Amino acid sequence: MLIVRTVERWLRPILLLVSVYLLSGGHQSPGGGFVGGLVAAVPFALHALVYNAPSARRLLRTDPHFLMALGLFCAMWSGFTGVFLGAPYLTGKWVEWELPLLGHVDMGTPVIFDIGVYFAVMGVTLMIILSLAEEE
Amino acid sequence: MKLLLVFPLLIPLSTAILCMLTWYNRSLQRSLALLGSGALLVTAIRLLTRVTVHGIQAVQMGAWPAPQGITLVADLFSSVMVLVSAVIGFAVMLYSLAHMDSGRESHGYYPLFNFLMMGVCGSFMTGDLFNMYVWFEVLLTSSFVLIALGGERAQVEGAIKYVTLNLISSALFLAGVGILYGLAGTLNMADLAVKIPQLGKTHLVTACALVFLVAFGIKAAVFPLFFWLPASYHTPPVAVSAIFAGLLTKVGVYALIRVFTLIFVGETSFTHSLILVVSALTMVTGVLGAVAQNEFRRILSFHIISQIGYMIMGLGLYTVAGLAGSIFYIVHHIIVKTNLFLVSGAVERCGGSFELKKLGGIYLKFPLLAALFLIPALSLAGMPPLSGFFAKLSLIQEGLVLKEYLVSGVALVVGFLTLFSMMKIWHEVFWKDAPVGAAPLTARRQESLAGLLFPVALLALLTVYLGVGAEGLFWLSQRAAQQLMHPSEYLAAVLKR
Repeated sequence: MLIVRTVERWLRPILLLVSVYLLSGGHQSPGGGFVGGLVAAVPFALHALVYNAPSARRLLRTDPHFLMALGLFCAMWSGFTGVFLGAPYLTGKWVEWELPLLGHVDMGTPVIFDIGVYFAVMGVTLMIILSLAEEE
Repeated sequence: MKLLLVFPLLIPLSTAILCMLTWYNRSLQRSLALLGSGALLVTAIRLLTRVTVHGIQAVQMGAWPAPQGITLVADLFSSVMVLVSAVIGFAVMLYSLAHMDSGRESHGYYPLFNFLMMGVCGSFMTGDLFNMYVWFEVLLTSSFVLIALGGERAQVEGAIKYVTLNLISSALFLAGVGILYGLAGTLNMADLAVKIPQLGKTHLVTACALVFLVAFGIKAAVFPLFFWLPASYHTPPVAVSAIFAGLLTKVGVYALIRVFTLIFVGETSFTHSLILVVSALTMVTGVLGAVAQNEFRRILSFHIISQIGYMIMGLGLYTVAGLAGSIFYIVHHIIVKTNLFLVSGAVERCGGSFELKKLGGIYLKFPLLAALFLIPALSLAGMPPLSGFFAKLSLIQEGLVLKEYLVSGVALVVGFLTLFSMMKIWHEVFWKDAPVGAAPLTARRQESLAGLLFPVALLALLTVYLGVGAEGLFWLSQRAAQQLMHPSEYLAAVLKR
């Protein structure tokens, strides 16, 4: 048990980093908000397995509902950027930046949409897992 | 302007999001949900006026051109449907505020209700078959949760039947979509309407049409695919069964009318004659099923089925006047049927039961409630001058013109049987003396009755208005039917030719 608990603590930041990496790759390479959100839910699910569901909820610090709502909100508003620029709803708009360290960066409304998907999927997954874990 | 077509989807979505953000604050959720359904109503009215004045509106999501991108289209038929749904959504929301128990409210009733409305509006607005499948899933998933929310024993039993049959229907729908994509290489409905006749594979297309007929037929609860409906609609709380009864089967009817006027019109002598036969059988089985029932909401559920028969009868006739009759009938039916379910909830509040045996004497104690039952009940049966009379009249008239005497005769007889059924409810619930040992009425119940009766009265007024002012709606349905029968304006709006 001690091993699992220790590993769980070290895995947490790694898994979250991997999920962000998957999210950031989503537009030109494999990955995206959906799979990123799934991976982001893993550390909390693991925590619920190792300890218990209430402890995982404390670790999350917020309710899965709010994550879902936040995600849907992001996704919905990403569509309006196009509208403000005179295009139909959900039209993708991109800007390109040259940043220090990161180099060439594409940033656009589909990324915001994907961030929305990320949080929505994370919220749904955690809601299901945590309520199942509390069922016992 | 471009947003007007998206608003019927965005308003329920943002309402649902806001309700989720205020998860632990029930009173705030209630006001937000009411506000959202009011906003949807206003938008739907604006959409209909815009389409009436400026013709069919279409917008490409994400600016990807049709047929690759997803189109949202509002023709008269779909904007009329969105408006009726918004009216029903508003009325049921008012009713829910007075009726829904706090347990369901705090477990996400309001977000789910809004997701359901988003799915319904999306199915009406989309111009793409696969996208329609997605909207169906949105509305079905929320309806699955709504029907099981609360977890009472009867509810779960009803939910299992409901979920199973609807999943089969979804699988068939998806299979049909796949086959059609394999045949035509496109799923944009306007593009399909252009490409399908060029394929020349009439029989293959007809076979595919039958897959869709079964898939949408299960959703619309036509003969012989209706079993799930009376098994499940009487189990959830009244507000939920009312919105289901009003909208969900009608989404199936909408989809049937849409694909069988736009896409599958190659062999109408076979497909549409089949629909006509199915419509007659649906009317008869529904109304006969109702005769055997002794529970308020089960009787109403069987009547939904028989009424679906009328709605697809106009599609089977496949003329402008026939389709106009169908559209008129759908509008009339959604309002009346939802209203009857809402009345059944008020009766339950007064008499403590849905069982006809345990009810009675409501007329003496609540004459207003009795009157409010009588208006939609007589309208459902087709009494002039209420809306049901004109709906039935236009269909039967067109049936006689086309020399379809059998189905017209069936429609007439079923009208009488409906009247018989409504009179049975009237006699058992309102007229006969209250049975010995009936639950006495507490002050708390009487207090909350006003909140229940307000939306009921609103819908009853609307029924009377649609009967007395039938000409306006009839003109609208006529024009909508013309757009359906002559899809060139639809094609031009979507494909920009």
